[in-house]
Amino acid sequence: MGKTFTTPKALSKTHTHYCPGCTHGIVHRLVAEAIDDLGIQGKTVGIAPVGCAVLAYNYFDCDFQEAAHGRAPAMATGIKRVRPDLMVFTYQGDGDLASIGMGEIIHAANRGEKFTTIFINNAIYGMTGGQMAPTTMGGQRATTAPAGRDTAATGMPLRMANLLAELVTPGYITRQAVLKPQQVNKAKKAIKQAFQYQMEGKCFSFVEVVSTCPTNWGMTPLDALKWAEDTLLPYYELGDYKVPE
Amino acid sequence: MAKVLMKGNEAIGEAAIRAGCKNYFAYPITPQSEVAEYLVKRLPEEGGVFLQGESEVAVGYMIFGAAGAGERVMTTSSSPGISLMSEAISYIAAAQCPAVFVNIVRGGPGLGGILPSQGDYFQATKGGGHGDYHLLVMAPDGVQEAVEMTMQAFTLAEKYRGPVMIMGDGLIGQMMEPVEFPDDLKTEPTNKDDWATSGMDFRKSKKRNLVKSLFLDPTALNDNNLALKAKYEQMKKEEVQFELYNGDTDYQILITSYGTMSRVCRTAIDMLKEEGIEVAMLRPKTLFPFPEKAVFEAACKDSCKAVISIEMSMGQMVEDVERCVKGRRPVEFYGECGGDIPSPEKIIDIIKGLL
Amino acid sequence: MAFQHIIDEERCKGCGLCVNFCPKNVLEITDKVNAKGHFPAYQARPEDCIHCTICCIMCPDVAINIVETQTA
Repeated sequence: MGKTFTTPKALSKTHTHYCPGCTHGIVHRLVAEAIDDLGIQGKTVGIAPVGCAVLAYNYFDCDFQEAAHGRAPAMATGIKRVRPDLMVFTYQGDGDLASIGMGEIIHAANRGEKFTTIFINNAIYGMTGGQMAPTTMGGQRATTAPAGRDTAATGMPLRMANLLAELVTPGYITRQAVLKPQQVNKAKKAIKQAFQYQMEGKCFSFVEVVSTCPTNWGMTPLDALKWAEDTLLPYYELGDYKVPE
Repeated sequence: MAKVLMKGNEAIGEAAIRAGCKNYFAYPITPQSEVAEYLVKRLPEEGGVFLQGESEVAVGYMIFGAAGAGERVMTTSSSPGISLMSEAISYIAAAQCPAVFVNIVRGGPGLGGILPSQGDYFQATKGGGHGDYHLLVMAPDGVQEAVEMTMQAFTLAEKYRGPVMIMGDGLIGQMMEPVEFPDDLKTEPTNKDDWATSGMDFRKSKKRNLVKSLFLDPTALNDNNLALKAKYEQMKKEEVQFELYNGDTDYQILITSYGTMSRVCRTAIDMLKEEGIEVAMLRPKTLFPFPEKAVFEAACKDSCKAVISIEMSMGQMVEDVERCVKGRRPVEFYGECGGDIPSPEKIIDIIKGLL
Repeated sequence: MAFQHIIDEERCKGCGLCVNFCPKNVLEITDKVNAKGHFPAYQARPEDCIHCTICCIMCPDVAINIVETQTA
């Protein structure tokens, strides 16, 4: 008894630069598996953000563009509009999407652009070394919130899935996590569903994935998973926030 | 080919279509919103793509995405909007994607005004965004040139795989003139299979393409900059366009001027000629690459006593003129901005003051 | 049908997620450093492995594969 498990074709052989235990790597695999399962590798164009995942284009074996910070949804709009036959996805972190790129993601979602966004919410700026992000929790330390985020001065953490679900335009808006196996398997289904909605030309699809950042949280990979479970999930509740009819 | 009376903004839109560009992303801004209002009707007739973005920032990146996927694409805006697009222009230059930007210049800085101006010369030719890059910049002096330069822009953008800018101004955008759309200016799109993200299936290739501008390795970044520089050097050799008006006379003064301002200078030159005073004008049609040799030679003519750059700005192109005259002649400047364009009579007074 | 559990020692960064989530406590972190300076995971008790792929699912570096092998 048992099962086989092989690395998806859409993932390149390149070793990732991500820190040990960083869940970016899991989500990369889930996206690559969706691309393999749906047989769209030759039609897919990914768009990398600015952040830890800027180098995502080294880890996927499909056409890729690299966006300016926060602008991936606008680039995806440009590609998808002129080449609706391409399968387009943006892969963005919380600094990229929820801070500088807020305008772009809201308007792309509101126009119902037919691409897919994978949004990694790890409540911190990773690549630049641990600054406070819009998703940083109240009291959570960051290099620009050394005593912990003061929500009285900087507002409450932004819940992107909830926010985008408020838009009247139809879409697939879901929040998943990759903190334990059951969540990873559910996230895999959600990501594949997102790409399927795109293949059907149905709607904009957005998968927020609650993730960890061991290095900038100052925790071991396992402690980070536990902290995310205990601290992030109660605030960033998982589930489908909007599903097209 | 029949001429048709058209407003500059609309003629620019039609020129893009005639040049084979079917994709337009833009954001409204006076004095050029008519381009979008024109293309929103015309592009669907051509099976093209029209989209009004949420900001010029976003539009800049819609252009980058579409260009990176290998499609011809254009946007039009005006000064403040071009400021917002300047980051994207830097990325597009670095990632080497062909794209056409039209700046219908208005008064600045800040919110400035909505009347014509030439205050974006530095922004266009010295790089409005970050890093060592250039735009190929063409400056029409009327609606016909705006049409021809717009059509040429797509060919040049693909030849140099980079952003090309048409720099008009509010007057050129708003006025109507009879125009024709020369078919021979249209070229077929070049093959982009070796770099565009057009989908591996469609290229029948197993090699994926990557459009990016990040080069963390210093040597790689330097190499990319050298590759860009080589293109700009090639532009300087092959793409310089200018006009020397009344240059076959023993002119005492050489005016340098471009766009709308050069039309007024042309009238002033004609009026002075009737008084027996010969003045010539060197009119750059490409602002980058700048007609360096032509300016130098025109300034050095024995009969020429002085050069004066006349602009609708506080003095920007004059710096390039000074650079190119190399001290051989005094270089003066006269300029007004705000939107009131100096009259021919005013120019005549200025010229006579130099004699 | 037999399965073989393979850990790519050079790709593994020794994050320990697989060790933690393995339901049969098969995996441990080796003290043998790899080329990148990480201490990869390895099967300490391979006989207990049930090839359930949970370690593969949780591995951020896709360093673990499970393949079918012809029965001996």
